[in-house]
Amino acid sequence: MSRNTKINLLLLVVVAALAVLPLALGLGDHKKEPFTGADGEAESAITEIEPDYKPWFSPLYEPPSGEIESALFSLQAALGAGVLAYYFGLHRGRRQGEARALAQRETAKTPAGSGAEEV
Amino acid sequence: MHIAEGFLPPAHAIAWGVASAPFVVHGVRSLTREVREHPESTLLLGASGAFTFVLSALKLPSVTGSCSHPTGTGLGAILFRPPIMAVLGTITLLFQALLLAHGGLTTLGANVFSMAIVGPWVGYAVYKLLRRYDVPLMVAVFFGAFFADLSTYCVTSVQLALAFPDPSSGFLGALGKFGSIFAITQLPLAVSEGLLTVLVMRLLVQSSKGELTRLGVLVAGKRDTTTEAVAR
Repeated sequence: MSRNTKINLLLLVVVAALAVLPLALGLGDHKKEPFTGADGEAESAITEIEPDYKPWFSPLYEPPSGEIESALFSLQAALGAGVLAYYFGLHRGRRQGEARALAQRETAKTPAGSGAEEV
Repeated sequence: MHIAEGFLPPAHAIAWGVASAPFVVHGVRSLTREVREHPESTLLLGASGAFTFVLSALKLPSVTGSCSHPTGTGLGAILFRPPIMAVLGTITLLFQALLLAHGGLTTLGANVFSMAIVGPWVGYAVYKLLRRYDVPLMVAVFFGAFFADLSTYCVTSVQLALAFPDPSSGFLGALGKFGSIFAITQLPLAVSEGLLTVLVMRLLVQSSKGELTRLGVLVAGKRDTTTEAVAR
């Protein structure tokens, strides 16, 4: 494995560790509902500060269940990941194609060149 | 950082919308100019938008025992300057507001202001400042992305504290409350975002040297130590 790949993998491992550690160390144990969204917590903080506050507008469309919601979130991540993979795949292919074309031109040149010398 | 639908009083919702609109309009103009003058950058623009799409869908657990998500706006801001991220970030927020009931249309202005305007600008400023003092590219990219992420959540805390000051301790009391929900949760996530942005930038240095040179991220002729490490 090249040094480059190793560094890239290390970066991913650290990110994974940062996500897993709070779970593994049980950092959510002090809460009634561990690992809820911070956005939701902010909503409860608002109702704490201003108990009478009523949201004056509701979403036009709401995913009917948690499953549908997670499906749509996965879709969002998948769309993004797909585009990123396409970008890097395309560039890798282009680079390889260029290298191959260059190599072919070299091999095509060499015998012709040596042939010319013999004559 | 998504303020939920209807959770900002109308006056605040309108004010943030008015504050955000010129940035987004200016962003749309920069984006169309960029695509017209450099059609070859369309793919990389798409990739920058895609990065924001992925990262803002990733809800990660954090040290506070709650979950939050990165923003992914630092990368695009560093590559294409912040105005373009105002557009790409708004598209992401609209997708989430319309399909996921995450954020909202009435709070779109406020959410755009934190995630698509302040975050990219702060990240870009930190990146530029570090580069001016010859900090290695990848270190500057890390801190750019880190602060783009963190500043977004600080702005959200300020927005909520302005709308809902604490009855006894006022604006500052509320800021402490919302700050402890958002900012501390966000610290490790901002580190993650910084590392992921560095990873993508390393892959870009490998695959798209010409494009990065045109965008001024890599300097033609001058070989960065980081670039050398990547090329090896």
